[in-house]
Amino acid sequence: MARLDLRRKLSVLADAAKYDASCSSSGTSKRNSVGGKGIGSTEGMGICHAYTPDGRCISLLKILLTNFCIYDCAYCINRVSSNVERGRFDVDEVVDLTLNFYKRNYIEGLFLSSGIIRSGDYTMEQLVLVAKTLREVHDFRGYIHLKLIPEADPKLVEMAGLYADRLSANIELPRDEALARLAPQKDVGVIKKAMSQVRLGVEAAKPAKREKIKPPKFAPGGQSTQLIIGADGAPDTEILDRSASLYGGYGLRRVYYSAFSPIPDSSSILPLSKPPLMREHRLYQADWLMRFYGFSAPEIGEGASNGMLDLAVDPKLAWALNKREQFPVDVNRAPREMLLRVPGLGVKAVDRIVSVRRYRTLRLEDVGRLTRSVAKIRPFITALDWTPGGLTDAADLKARVTSRTPEQLSLF
Amino acid sequence: MAVATLDGETDFDGWRKAARAFRLAGVEPAAARFVVAGTMEQGGLFDQPIAEEASPTPDERRAFNVPKEFVDLAQKLILHRSADRFDLMYRLLWRLKDEPDLIKVISDRDVADALERVKNVSRASHKMKAFVRFRQVQDDLGEAWVAWFEPPHRVLEKTAPFFQRRFTTMRWSILTPDGSAFWDGEALRFGVPATRDMAPAEDEIEDFWKTYYASTFNPARLKVKTMQGEMAKSYWKNLPEAALIPELVAASSVRTETMVATPSPQPNPRFARAVAPDLHMARPDAEAVPENLEDVASGVQACRRCPLYRDATQGVCGEGPKSARLMIVGEQPGDQEDLAGRAFIGPAGQVLNAALAEAGIDRSDVYVTNAVKHFKHEPRGKRRLHKTPNAGEVQACRWWLDSERRLIKPQVVLALGATAGLALLGRKPAVMQERGAPIDLSDGSTAVLTVHPSYLLRLPDEAAKFEARRLFIEDLAAVQRRMG
Repeated sequence: MARLDLRRKLSVLADAAKYDASCSSSGTSKRNSVGGKGIGSTEGMGICHAYTPDGRCISLLKILLTNFCIYDCAYCINRVSSNVERGRFDVDEVVDLTLNFYKRNYIEGLFLSSGIIRSGDYTMEQLVLVAKTLREVHDFRGYIHLKLIPEADPKLVEMAGLYADRLSANIELPRDEALARLAPQKDVGVIKKAMSQVRLGVEAAKPAKREKIKPPKFAPGGQSTQLIIGADGAPDTEILDRSASLYGGYGLRRVYYSAFSPIPDSSSILPLSKPPLMREHRLYQADWLMRFYGFSAPEIGEGASNGMLDLAVDPKLAWALNKREQFPVDVNRAPREMLLRVPGLGVKAVDRIVSVRRYRTLRLEDVGRLTRSVAKIRPFITALDWTPGGLTDAADLKARVTSRTPEQLSLF
Repeated sequence: MAVATLDGETDFDGWRKAARAFRLAGVEPAAARFVVAGTMEQGGLFDQPIAEEASPTPDERRAFNVPKEFVDLAQKLILHRSADRFDLMYRLLWRLKDEPDLIKVISDRDVADALERVKNVSRASHKMKAFVRFRQVQDDLGEAWVAWFEPPHRVLEKTAPFFQRRFTTMRWSILTPDGSAFWDGEALRFGVPATRDMAPAEDEIEDFWKTYYASTFNPARLKVKTMQGEMAKSYWKNLPEAALIPELVAASSVRTETMVATPSPQPNPRFARAVAPDLHMARPDAEAVPENLEDVASGVQACRRCPLYRDATQGVCGEGPKSARLMIVGEQPGDQEDLAGRAFIGPAGQVLNAALAEAGIDRSDVYVTNAVKHFKHEPRGKRRLHKTPNAGEVQACRWWLDSERRLIKPQVVLALGATAGLALLGRKPAVMQERGAPIDLSDGSTAVLTVHPSYLLRLPDEAAKFEARRLFIEDLAAVQRRMG
């Protein structure tokens, strides 16, 4: 009977946690269980142990400690005024579930968050206690991601950083005004200060050169945050500016974008419609362009109309279609930075081109073997035996490179 | 046709020996065959087994030097399940003789083919790390863990050490159709192929796992193709959670429609007494004239007089004794000051501290603040580049600087740089011409101008830097003398 209760709780508290898009288990310090008393390892690259039909991966056991909450954030299923079923795990229940799942190789570790109960300090203390028990009692060396309760005492944040690989505080709404309106108990200034503390902590934990004594560990997997898309009126360009500011300010590993999803028992002041998944996808692509392709937020904005990214084409293609005077690019001579701007060329393909052109002058066929699809790239490059001629400036170029339907079909 | 027999499907040493012998004997790739002992491969009519060569002379050995990249590539390639992989490996080896850089030419047809197969092998290994599911069993020694897994390529031996590192304190076995791996806590052993029925059929925690899998799925975001791209159907039969997929997919649209169509219900009655107070009701009034430094501190946090608060972390007020006779005004907080909420703690602050010490001024006697209280910057990747605040922003922020001056009543106000000068004098001064000369202010105090310490940091030339620093310290010392 008791077991059944625990399963019910798991169901409630996993459901309550699923609107947080973060799942990553990568980028932390390398370690394993050799020589230890417990289990667990992290080897750089995260592992996705399963995928659910929403296309999202399961890497971590992502649950709330409790979904009771004294805050009333309109976009959240767990807000105090919601009629959702409530539950609360004991610290030991979370620890046991994590270890039981980990031993069966279901997960990389734990992502623990919580509704705010009693106070920010009390809630953060409970989260830290779970992580501390896993690390100190069970010598667990897998991945732990803890949600920061921004209102909590900086000392608790410091402890959290000692046990967790990653910390995150969610900005949630791109517009501060919307946060004040929809989340009356949250203060964006407090959230930013918590993120500042994490950045300073991460930097302080990096040993200086020739330093003999290593500083204590602090969140080696860094920090991330989440922005909800489509719950306030912020256009894409404003969201990307916000992200650029967050990346620059707090050294974030990731900004997650979560299309606002209808929730059961939702507040009447929010849009009740299907989540804007394509918009979310385009924002992720734009985010990638900022982090790995040398684009700035304003540059990506040049390819947008009325502040919104084109849903029909990816943001790099949208940018290139506006900047045709910069194309075609010679794959045999162009600098890496320019190759990264060619629509259809990813970072890996660019690195392959740069590496192989030291030994061979590339023909179009060679480029084809280094990339996924040469058809998309052709109008934007020249190679030893290829020049696109008027194709680059063709009026119907957009239609030509997007001939395939982007709609996905259900296989069931 | 020359034929070599290998001990097993992944017998790399056997292949290496045979391939070396073939190359020494000048066997063309088209004439070389590699067969695995015990497989049903029928020998050809003209097949000639190649006897093991005597170990090559040093000269011959040099002729066989192959790049390390090739060996690494071939060791992974042999794990691919395709039957012709040995031939591809030998073809690459053969071509290396005339094309020593071949492996780096990743656009080459053979190299690209090999890399594609290696990618599939790596992916299979990665997916094995992801999709192995252990089930618990009890034996004489206590608990042990067994998994049945069917990898698309022969990656068991390559991947088993990962499980050893991760589950060092557990006794586990991974059974596959290609062979088995056993870890007893001390040694990793490999054994014969296994069958599914040799692994346990269930595990009591699996129901919890399925519950989790079903609950963490968001029916409003169905993306079946994305899921299948990462978790191919061929893996499903050994993943307990995959049995739920058809049901979850089928019910998703109904669940979403119900959610969207259900009208918003009455708020939970618990709401009224449980909810935390609305922060924004209690926001301090940024228009009220500050009566003390605490008012300034809270007012700055709530300040919306200019848009700089948006991208800054927090407003940074001055620091120092209320009775300070010297007030130092900088331009604006920098990156570090913005994060920590304290003025002059970054690189420029360190320059200032050292210069103050040399000029005989104790920083703890000084009230140090900035003309503008929020950090103006532009994001550039993982960094924030300082931007000089404009006259409008300086003007908007004078409200706070003037309040600080009114409350502290310093004898001398030292302005560091043009922005601080502008905030103090209401006009943009020529710092280099006016530096060091006392300027009377309307409240009876004296303003003195000098350069901003970050100017010293930016000078590229060491000699110029040394001289500029000397003049800066001289300005500070003059201020100290003025205050007696």
